[in-house]
Amino acid sequence: MNPFTEALQLLLSGDPYVMAIVVRSLAISGSALLLATIIGLPIGAWIGLSNFRLRVPAIAIVNTGLALPPVVAGLAVYLLLSRSGPLGNLELLFTPVAMGIAQVALAGPYIAAVTLAALEGLPTDIGLQAKGLGATRLQAAVLQLREVRTSLVAAIAAGFGAIISEVGAAMIVGGNILGETRVMTTTIVLETRRGNFGVAIALGVVLLVVALLVNVVLTGLGARTRRPIMS
Amino acid sequence: MMTSVLTLQGLKYKAGGRVILDIPDFAVDANGILAILGPNGAGKSTLLRVLAGLSRPPEGTLQVSSGGKTSRGDEAVETLRLRSAFVFQNPYLWSGSVRRNLELGLRFRRLNATEIGRRVNAIVEQLGLGAVLERDAGTLSGGEAQRVALARALVLDPEVLFLDEPSSNLDAEAHAALREDLDRVARARAGAIILATHDRPDAFYLADRIAVLREGRVVQTGTPAELFENPVDPFIASITGAELSFRGTVTSTDRELLTIDIAGTEVLAVGRASIGDAVKVAYRPEDLFLSAEAPAGGSARNRFKVRVSEVRSLGALVRIRLAGPADLVAIVTRAAAAELEIAENSEIWVQVKATALHAFKV
Repeated sequence: MNPFTEALQLLLSGDPYVMAIVVRSLAISGSALLLATIIGLPIGAWIGLSNFRLRVPAIAIVNTGLALPPVVAGLAVYLLLSRSGPLGNLELLFTPVAMGIAQVALAGPYIAAVTLAALEGLPTDIGLQAKGLGATRLQAAVLQLREVRTSLVAAIAAGFGAIISEVGAAMIVGGNILGETRVMTTTIVLETRRGNFGVAIALGVVLLVVALLVNVVLTGLGARTRRPIMS
Repeated sequence: MMTSVLTLQGLKYKAGGRVILDIPDFAVDANGILAILGPNGAGKSTLLRVLAGLSRPPEGTLQVSSGGKTSRGDEAVETLRLRSAFVFQNPYLWSGSVRRNLELGLRFRRLNATEIGRRVNAIVEQLGLGAVLERDAGTLSGGEAQRVALARALVLDPEVLFLDEPSSNLDAEAHAALREDLDRVARARAGAIILATHDRPDAFYLADRIAVLREGRVVQTGTPAELFENPVDPFIASITGAELSFRGTVTSTDRELLTIDIAGTEVLAVGRASIGDAVKVAYRPEDLFLSAEAPAGGSARNRFKVRVSEVRSLGALVRIRLAGPADLVAIVTRAAAAELEIAENSEIWVQVKATALHAFKV
């Protein structure tokens, strides 16, 4: 059968093997994204809104995280979770949790860096302006984050796109175990090697749709720009 | 005696080794408008932020008297937080509608929806903002945005309203409208108003008291009339419009009335100096009275015959440069210049009161 026809059939019939992989991919990456947001957003906000002695090195570290290659993140998590590693006794290697940790390591710095950059783009005295109306420090911080919410949503969407399409770390720490850690990207690699192009193409299409949805979100947010300050 | 709502003691503020503020005592009356007047870089904005508790000086104590209680330091800052409002030079309008901006400070004060609606409606009516109330704040013009920023502060009915150069980015029309809003609405809704400005007409038009700031120090504080009539130095004289001056030597004194020799001509002026002191005599061009004939009578004790060296139109006014015992500049209306038939190289009489000439030792 033509692999394209086969891919179409797999998708339209809701093939259990393909659907399980899609659901697992979305679950792992979705959970990782949630955790990366919970960790990355406050860190970016804290660095962006505070003035402390080591702020510049902190910004440099967060920005370095942006350039972290997925395979290096995977290697670091592997070494951390391997039997002889510091967290080896947890026996998390080759589990969805290990994959999630690697994806958090990739998406967290990205979300933190974009949050930080977005806040730095606001006028320098904006926090004081909020306090000048009676805001507490927390209320002023929330108000500023609300001002950059478009950038934050864009960062989260882009982070999701990056981790769900990543293959290096997923392969290293997940091991591509059937029914457990096999996700879309690792399956595409495997099925392509096996010559099962239909499955590979079907999952590729799903990944493309995910990428398309992410871009639709980003484009929609980009169109909602506004003039933020009087001049 | 007027009570002070804010006092600052022993304020010293340095940045990069430079003294930004050095003010031993500073008090703000509980009512009325206090203008902090000074040139750019004098420290006005920093002083305003310190007074508002938005900036912590390394030395100095802020004291707030509100509701029969007096608080200092952190407690004073917390007291001010919900009883004051600050309008910045470049006010940031938060994303969303004008209404959301007006409601923001009221929400920080945890007022209920009914009270928020009542107050917003009142300020919208007072400042005529009905047409822009539901508009996105980001689409407003500079003048509209500044009015919204003022409304956002006034809707809080603050005990202390801080205004940092509120008119600096406005065109002439919006500036005039804002000045009226401050005089009419802000006076009615706010307790004490502290206006930091470099705009002399704004300060003299609006303020009940003026504190003149120069290089981080308060040079003189008083009512506009006090500053106008008794400037303590050439800087204050300049701030009050006596921007022009000539030099001479004191030949005799009678308390603060000085006789000054200007190139062989005696001039009477007020000031503090001793015989033999070299002095600078400051005056306002509008205080020179011109006449075609030698003046007879009148209270002006200085009278000279001078030659018109230059005539420049300023629109409704005419600026006339005069060569006499000193180079002088007078400003008269266009009609007065025509009536006096003023032309270059014509001769004319000048009268000026001794009290309009302020002498300072140099």
